[in-house]
Amino acid sequence: MSVTALTHAPGQSRTVPRLLIGLAFVLTAIFVVAPLVFIFWRAFAEGWGTYVANITDPTTLHAIGLTTLVALIVVPVNIGFGIAAAWAIARFRFPGRKLLMTLIEIPFSISPIIAGICYLLLYGRQGLLGPWLAHHDLKIMFALPGIVLVTMFVTAPFVAREVLPLMQAQGSEQEEAAVTLGAKGWQVFSRVTLPNIRWALLYGAVLCTARAVGEFGGVSVVSGSIRGQTNTLPLQIELMFNDLNTTGAFAAASTLTVIALVVLVIKATLESRR
Amino acid sequence: MMITKLRVAALALMVGATPALAQDKILNVSYDIARELFEALNPEFQAYWKEKTGKDVTIDQSHAGSSKQARAILEGLPADVVTFNQETDVDVLAKNGLVAENWREALPNGASPYYSLPAFLVRKGNPKGIKDWSDLARDDVQSIFPNPKTSGNGRYTYLAAYAYALQENGGDQAKAQEFVGKIFANVPVFDTGGRAATQTFAERNMGDVLITFEAETRGIAKQYADQGFEAVTPATSLFAAFPVAVVTENAEKNGSLEVSTEYLKWLYSPEAQETLAENNFRTTDKDVSAKHAADFPEVKLLTVDDVFGGWAKINSEHLAEGGILDKVFVNK
Repeated sequence: MSVTALTHAPGQSRTVPRLLIGLAFVLTAIFVVAPLVFIFWRAFAEGWGTYVANITDPTTLHAIGLTTLVALIVVPVNIGFGIAAAWAIARFRFPGRKLLMTLIEIPFSISPIIAGICYLLLYGRQGLLGPWLAHHDLKIMFALPGIVLVTMFVTAPFVAREVLPLMQAQGSEQEEAAVTLGAKGWQVFSRVTLPNIRWALLYGAVLCTARAVGEFGGVSVVSGSIRGQTNTLPLQIELMFNDLNTTGAFAAASTLTVIALVVLVIKATLESRR
Repeated sequence: MMITKLRVAALALMVGATPALAQDKILNVSYDIARELFEALNPEFQAYWKEKTGKDVTIDQSHAGSSKQARAILEGLPADVVTFNQETDVDVLAKNGLVAENWREALPNGASPYYSLPAFLVRKGNPKGIKDWSDLARDDVQSIFPNPKTSGNGRYTYLAAYAYALQENGGDQAKAQEFVGKIFANVPVFDTGGRAATQTFAERNMGDVLITFEAETRGIAKQYADQGFEAVTPATSLFAAFPVAVVTENAEKNGSLEVSTEYLKWLYSPEAQETLAENNFRTTDKDVSAKHAADFPEVKLLTVDDVFGGWAKINSEHLAEGGILDKVFVNK
């Protein structure tokens, strides 16, 4: 009995993994690849000319530009914040350190729409700071600052969460050595700390970019959806979709997808170099 | 590196696409599916304004669900005018002092330059022979419309069916509730909005009839031309206003009161009304309506005020927690 079982076991162990791998491929094809292909298929359904016309529509172009601008502001701020937060948590022991770690992760667990509503209740016309802002003619909601703020909130953890574990694992010996050799604070950072964390940093920045570009729920609350002014690319896609302009919506979606795919390629490249 | 280049290119495009500063500027905050309509109307008004005053006017558009838009205006979205599809959403602004209390009297036809009504879209050849509301209560007919709890469109469908039943039963509330309950019992899915209901009907192929605004039925039939849907206007329906109003507080602050007021008045002009009719809306201008009479079957229109005594009463009696709408839903 034991003999047959032994000879049988290797055969079984080959079929089962194959089956599982096959299943994984099939599911990925159904849930990921097919919708992606469908986006491009629908975007080009009415020909290349219509596609170009849809993409070069001034409000779509503006939406692409606005989304890019938001990412250009948010990602660098996030990198700065992420490094600072990770450095503080990894290198120092201070009261409230655990709390800070938890706070950084809050945006991961809170739905973006709640972030949007919170900002609205704080900075909106009827909000806590609303009257003061209105009095000084400062526009935060329904303008670029509001969109940037909400996107920053949503993407806040990305860089810090990538860099922090690495910094903790590496410890501070190299930095301490640099200091004993006479390096100044900035030299320590640029020659020792930064090179050590650069891949994690880039990886975090890439994820942050992807998230910033695709943010919908929170921005939808604070944007005001003014076409050609505060409509980001995801909002523009929703607008065209609601409008029964399916081809236009998918054309705009295809640009967002291309950005996502480019980001994915960068991420994969970074991972292989890590 | 490549991303940076792309970004620079996109930014350059964006800067290039920003229009030059104009003298007059209005922000029209509108409902979610009016994009193409105002894309057609605005250039006509711009030409009209240029001819009348010699000035250029920029019209910015914002589109989203009209309740969400009202909320955003309350929180500071600087709308000069609103063009909504729900009267209650303008009332919210009036209650907060952003819109004149008597906004309904500020312009003709209850400040609704165009209007529509709940109507039907049936499958090719109308295989179930659906002609009127009574057909929707048949056991073999499945209706598709969005949830009246979450969708203004669905609310109109509910009220129109209810108003029809009251009319047929001499005002008997119990019979009207039973009738509407029968329709509700045959709805396979309640989507949250009109767009989702359209997809359920057209793409998931569910139900025998889609109920939505008449203006929408034509657009959907065109969008899914290969499926051969047919628009059916029932003999009786409910007047659905598309109210417009100047957001006085903002317009005064922005110095756009004159152009904003003129913009809304202009929507009643023959020129604008023609464009509205071409976009499948019923119009208030007699000549334009006569010209497009063939596109709009005759219908007996009941009004919210006559049948239900106004929106405030609808809210307290029908839509409030534990109201008539909840009872009808329970019957399902």
